[in-house]
This record gives sequence, structure tokens and C-alpha cells, in this order.
Amino acid sequence: MAEDTSKARTISVGTIARVEGEGALRVTVKDGAVQDVELKIFEPPRFFEAFLQGRHYEEVPDIVARICGICPVAYQMSAVHAIEQVFGLQVDGALRDLRRLLYCGEWIESHALHVYLLHAPDFLGYDSGIAMAKDHAAIVSRGLRLKKAGNAMMTLLGGRSVHPVSVKVGGFSRVPSRRELESLRGELLWARDAAVETVRWVAGFDYPDFLSDYNYVALAHPDEYPFNEGDVVASSGLRISVNEFEQHFTEHQVGYSTALHCTLHGASYLVGPLARLNLNREHLTPLARQVLVDTGIALPLQNPFHGIIARSVEILFALEESLRLIERYESPPAPALPIVVRPGIGMACTEAPRGILYHRYEVDADGVIRMVKIVPPTSQNQSRIEQDLRLFLPRVLDRSNEEASLACERVIRCYDPCISCATHFLNLEIRRDQ
Amino acid sequence: MTSDGAGGESRASRKSRSVSIRIIGLGNELRGDDAVGILMARRLRQEIGDRVEVVEAEMAGVDLVELMNGADVAILIDAARSGQAPGTIHRLDASADSISGPVFPHSSHAIGTADALELARAMGVLPATVIVYGVEAENTEAGQRLSPPVAKALNQVVARIVQDCEACCA
Repeated sequence: MAEDTSKARTISVGTIARVEGEGALRVTVKDGAVQDVELKIFEPPRFFEAFLQGRHYEEVPDIVARICGICPVAYQMSAVHAIEQVFGLQVDGALRDLRRLLYCGEWIESHALHVYLLHAPDFLGYDSGIAMAKDHAAIVSRGLRLKKAGNAMMTLLGGRSVHPVSVKVGGFSRVPSRRELESLRGELLWARDAAVETVRWVAGFDYPDFLSDYNYVALAHPDEYPFNEGDVVASSGLRISVNEFEQHFTEHQVGYSTALHCTLHGASYLVGPLARLNLNREHLTPLARQVLVDTGIALPLQNPFHGIIARSVEILFALEESLRLIERYESPPAPALPIVVRPGIGMACTEAPRGILYHRYEVDADGVIRMVKIVPPTSQNQSRIEQDLRLFLPRVLDRSNEEASLACERVIRCYDPCISCATHFLNLEIRRDQ
Repeated sequence: MTSDGAGGESRASRKSRSVSIRIIGLGNELRGDDAVGILMARRLRQEIGDRVEVVEAEMAGVDLVELMNGADVAILIDAARSGQAPGTIHRLDASADSISGPVFPHSSHAIGTADALELARAMGVLPATVIVYGVEAENTEAGQRLSPPVAKALNQVVARIVQDCEACCA
């Protein structure tokens, strides 16, 4: 953290705590006005797009699962959907349901960790989940058990709770029996009730009065809350097919970060649970709607700190959806559809816990990958996080560098950034120039 | 995490002794010496799997709290990087105090082994006895085999854990 002078200062967050991966923030202030806000991601570039080139399409789900330990299913799903588009394959019925169910497991796991251990301490006045657990052991225990329910789904469907191995182009290498799925039911019923309590709990937090005019971007599907399929829609009115993504969304490099920034028509936008919930509220379940009414939460949510509410509502949704999918499950005739390899280009967008994840693959006649593009949610949110920090910083500039840094970290945690994914993130530095 | 491939079925039947011991191997099997915890767990399952529970837990993080839950004794095995000679064996007792330090550093951006143990302690669910073994890694590059000093240490740690378990059950 740099020195404070009367007119100029640099606020620097060396390593942003309670985010996935390593990054930093540098803010330059001159004559009391914020000059520059740079969210620096210094995780090394990952090069996944390059080393997928030359690999056979069958290897792709297992390779991309290794991009992230938190959202491997998202990477697998965007990949298989894109490659299936190349092969003209549509996965329906029980196999489609199983993919949604696996995705529910990942959302529950990822959201429960963020809500309970990474984000809640900010609202309850603790500097870590460990410090919070000393006073709120029963609540943290509820969060860990919720997460475990997600783990159990991942283990059953994916073969293991991290980096699942069962996903393949056309379906799965193995599908569960109805009895195996039903074995999850008891714990999921407990988890559904715990999720209702989670929404009530976070609804009672004190939130900073900070509204922002977001252009929300998420998938939207006519019949369901989105996981694997839908159009890309924005609150600005944009509605495009996934195949048109690159005509509207552009990635560009910034000198201070190893992650690319992505903009929509040159402007920042927001992806993730807030965007998804606001754009898909008609697909919430009756129970989820009722809990929102009971807790006085009105949609759309426009305060980034309400991300924890959106995540909690999505945990509830994912549990109800899981129970629904298990109820109607009948084993499919085969664990995967037959593949006929053909060359071409395919794109897909699916809803990772942190927002839309775009993949494009060019496959040759032998089924070998020739070109890959991956646009993860955190790189899409980077510009918007910087913009929100610009708006938020004037509120904390009268504080010490240490306090200002902590306040900035709290803003950043609202987005649950996954830096490891984006490097393809956090230290805060605020520089106050003369 | 890959849990107890050798037979969760027999957890009750084989736990004839009054002290329940759970051995948890940590690490990433695909990254050279980082695999040492997982590989030790497999060896220990072969040698004393009829008397203790053995769990392989790749990337356990916060899930370690749940993985230890209910055991009287938890023995954790992992690779370590504190700058000492490769193959150096660390044995730390986390039963009463934090092991956070150069061998198992606190991490601000992810919940590592030392943090997960403190979370369990804060929640009041830490097993009464928690022993953590760390083996200094030489090479944790993806796709590498265990380096010779770490492979040698593996045998020594397995022998010491067998002794630990015998002492616990004596």
C-alpha cells in the first residue's frame, strides 16, 4: 500500500482475499478524483485454447474440465454443446435432464461456498469465514452441508466431485440408475429447506445503498431457467442466437491484466446470478417466488451487493429443479447418442455459476480440433467491475488506504470473480498523485 | 473427491475397534510430487485398510471439514513446499493448535489444508487428534512421476502412519 499525501494517493490491494485465483487492484486518485481503476489479473495465462488444437474431440471434455476446480461442468457443457452443433447432434430427453442435473450440482456447490464462506463474512463483520464460524457454527455447518449435497450430485453423475469424468460428446460415459438418483432425494429435500432458510438469512443482511444501471446479459429459454440452452439476451433489448455472439461481443487486451476484457458493442455489461435472475424471473418456481415475496425482495435487483441474494435464490431453484428432474427420470436407452464425425464450426453458451461461458470449436473431418475460442464469465465482468469501483470509490476516498482497500475488496467479491478461469485475479493499490 | 474406493461398504464391519481412524490423502495425482498424498493413501489402504478408513481427496479444500467429521483420529497426508530438501518429512500435530506456517501456508484466496482445519476447529467439529504429514516436493509439474527423494519418503511415511495407527489402537 503506497503513501498517502494530501492531494494524491494510490490505493493498492496486494492480493484480493476470498476470491478464486490471484489478482490485484490499483486505483489512482488525483485531487480527490478517481483517475484510473485497474483490475489486474496476474495468474499466468493458461493457454488452454492453444493446447486443445490438434487434440481429438473426444479428449475435449476431460481437458476443459481442468480449466477450473469450481466450475468444471460449465466448461464441459459449453464444449460438448459446441461440438455437438458441429456434428448436427441434439441431446434430448433423459440425457438432457442429466446434464441439467449435473449443472444443478455445480451451481449448488459453487454458490453455497461463495454465499456462506466467501461473501457472508462481509455482511456480518468478519474478516474470514473461519472467524465467522466461531460465532455462527450452526450456520456455517448448514452451508457446508448444502455444498456437500451439490458434491454428492457431482460425484454420482460425474464420477467424482471435482473435474468430473463422465461427460462426453453425445451424452455420458455412464448414466445412473433411477435407484441411484433416488438415493439423493432425502438429502436434497433437507437441502431445499436449508436453501429457503438461506434466502431468509441473506435477506436480513444490511446492504450498502448502491444502485447501478446494468446491462444484464444471460441466456434465456422459452420454457425454463437457463443452464445449457437459450438465446443470449441483454436488458438493453438485444436478443441473439449463440451463433451470433462474436458479432456483438468483442474481446480485447489490456496491458495490466493477463485476462482479456470482453465488451458488448464496446460497453461493459454484467453476467452471472443477478443478470440471470432478473432476466429469467418468470421461470422461478412457485416456492422461490413465495420466499422472495415473504422476504420483501423485489426483482429486478440492481445492487451488486445483492448478488448473494441472487445466488441464494439460485441454490433454492437448483434444488427444486433437481428434485423435479429426479422425479421424472427414466434411464435412457443408451448413455450417449451415436456420433457421426463431420467437419465444421460450432458454438455454444451455457450458464456457468458466474455467468455465460462461450465456446467455439472448429473441427476437421477426422474429428481433430483446429481452432478454439473460450470466453469465460469473469473476463466478461472485468470492465463492469472496474466501472462499479469507479462509482463506489468516491464513497471511501476519505478513509485510510487500508479501509478503502477493504471496501473495494468487498465490492469485488460481489461478483464472485474466478480469476483462474479469467486468465486466461486480487491485490489493491490506490495511487494518490500530487 | 474420490472417496474410499476400497470399500465404503465395510466401514461399519471393519471398524471393530473403538477408535475410528480416518486417513485422508490430499493432492493432485497428475502433478508430479503433489500426488504423494494420494499414492500414500492407496498404499495404506492395501496395508491397513481393514482397520482404518482411507479416503483419497483430490482438491479437498473446505470439504476437508466434512471429510474429517465423525472420526476420532484424522491423519492427513499431503505434499509440502517450504523450501527444505525434497523428501523431507514434516509431522505436525493440529489437534490443539493451528499448523499454519511455512509448511502449510494460509491462503487468502482459497481454502487450503491449514484453513480447513481451522474452520473445523472454529465450528467445534475437529477430531480430537489430527496429525498432518507433509512431504517436501521437488517437482510438481503436470505429468511427472514422483521424484526419487519423494518416492523414498513415501515408504517412510507409510511405515510411520502404520505405527501411528497401531499406537492409537493399542
